[in-house]
Amino acid sequence: MKLVIKKRKKYSGSVGGDIAIFILLILLGTFMLFPIYLSVIQSLKPPEEFFLFPPRLYVISPTSQNFIELFEAAATMWVPFSRYLFNSMLVTVCVTGSQLILASMAAYVLAKVKVPGVRFFNRTIEISLLFTSTVLYIMQYMVMAQLNMINTYFAITLPFIATPMSIFFMRQFMGQIPDSIIEAAQMDGCGHFRTCWQIVMPNAKPAWVTLIIFAFTAAWQIQGGAFIFDEALKPLPTVLQQIQVSGIARAGVGAAATVFMMLPPMVLFLFCQGNVLETMAHSGLKE
Amino acid sequence: MNNNAAPAGAVRRIEDNKFLYTLREMWRGKNAYGMLAPFFILFTLMTAVPVLMSLPIGFTNFNMVSFPQLIGFDNFYTLFMEDEVFLISIQNTLVFALVTGPVSYVMAFMLAWFIHQLPGQLKTVFTFIFYAPTLAGNVYATWQLIFSGDSHGIANAYLTDMGILTRSQEWLTDGNLILYVVIIVQLWISLGAGFLAIRAGFQGIPGDRYEAGAIEGIKNRAQELLYITIPAMGPQLLFAAVMQIVASFSAGDVSRFLTAFPTTDYRAHSIMNHAFDFGALRFEMGMASAICFILFISMLFANWGIKKLLGKYLDS
Repeated sequence: MKLVIKKRKKYSGSVGGDIAIFILLILLGTFMLFPIYLSVIQSLKPPEEFFLFPPRLYVISPTSQNFIELFEAAATMWVPFSRYLFNSMLVTVCVTGSQLILASMAAYVLAKVKVPGVRFFNRTIEISLLFTSTVLYIMQYMVMAQLNMINTYFAITLPFIATPMSIFFMRQFMGQIPDSIIEAAQMDGCGHFRTCWQIVMPNAKPAWVTLIIFAFTAAWQIQGGAFIFDEALKPLPTVLQQIQVSGIARAGVGAAATVFMMLPPMVLFLFCQGNVLETMAHSGLKE
Repeated sequence: MNNNAAPAGAVRRIEDNKFLYTLREMWRGKNAYGMLAPFFILFTLMTAVPVLMSLPIGFTNFNMVSFPQLIGFDNFYTLFMEDEVFLISIQNTLVFALVTGPVSYVMAFMLAWFIHQLPGQLKTVFTFIFYAPTLAGNVYATWQLIFSGDSHGIANAYLTDMGILTRSQEWLTDGNLILYVVIIVQLWISLGAGFLAIRAGFQGIPGDRYEAGAIEGIKNRAQELLYITIPAMGPQLLFAAVMQIVASFSAGDVSRFLTAFPTTDYRAHSIMNHAFDFGALRFEMGMASAICFILFISMLFANWGIKKLLGKYLDS
């Protein structure tokens, strides 16, 4: 048999197909990246280059002036910039961490443990996933007001942790873990808690790494909205948006704010994705 | 209900009483409930209760100041019988959902599949490129620059230069163009979660399946895709489908941030835009809620249909 299989790689296909796919990806990738590239270019342009005709897709003399102006504008604010940054970081870390832990545990039970009520929970999740409403935030406000959470960090953290999407996502992945390894673990005396963290989670690495990316990206963009009115508790996006909407004179600074906001999720993404690689394909799950 | 962590060799007593049996099962699963509890307590407080509270608002007259007044189906009657804009918004949303939904769903899958075949770190690079719009968040300002109506707009300047356009187009205000522009930007933005889930799904397929496939005589990419990859991706494909339904039915942010609100002649006015109009601008929460209720029901139907359709081909 060894002779027949030889060194068959995971993917099979012709060189021509590889090249065609690569070219297609490059073309579509250019479309995807173009607006982001343009934001970066805009943030590096000195003011006079905004009014050149025709508009340039590159910078003639790149400058960090916009970023300096952004931080100067931020420094003159009533609340120091670092406070907004701290708020956003605190909220992002709390939301991402708790979402990962809570959704993983709950998803493990929904996917792999058969106790009464699991079907009901699954249905509830799926239905609430489809619910969007412009009045939802009013009701959330009323619930939070009852719990005295308005204008605290809880108001911009708790609603974003137990999202139906996170648990639905984790459940879909955990359902794929073979029952046999879970049974084996429990045969050896593993409780549900240990099975979840020591058996299932290591085997679902692509899933939870992706969940971290989802959670971080969403949490980083959380705005205080109606739930926070204390300036010192507001997260960063609220403030940067105020700078962004202040007209053509601030166009460069607005672009700088956009670029500044997109950097942390991008760095996290590259770090996480680079770590997953394809190790999962050889993790020795045999049915 | 019986392959739970039963100690090896334990014999289950068959109970006649179903209720007692359920209670015993629940007691045996108490650790499992403990693991569910933190998530579901938060979920109930922050999502389930507000959702249940919002559902009946559609049947009331609610202006956010006085207590909601029950008025039965009046809101729905007004919407379907007297509100022409609502009918336009239904039509737009359907066009939207039927174009952006399937296109970005198929794109998400095909792109993830293409990327899966690239070597090593190129995978990371291309996954990054296609997920970048979601990471970048709020770049509507840049799209406004691209589709700006004067000759300084990127699209106008370069398309005129290349001789494709003879004069500048009012991309964001011309009623004939606006829907196309919004669809393009929506497609750009909507690859998101579904795409990344499918990518992660590819990362989780055990390699020995492909080796087995090679032994069984799989000859080309298409066969590998059809017989090994797609059947192993059921859960991810379902997840992506649900996310896509939500994204395309409740679309509205793009036109709201990109163009003037409401759009010229309501050409890109979606159902969510209509709800926003009533809710955030006129404070007629009853009407806004009724609109969202209709949207919710249609998404339930779409979801049910997609599950039936995918269930035929996948074992998720």
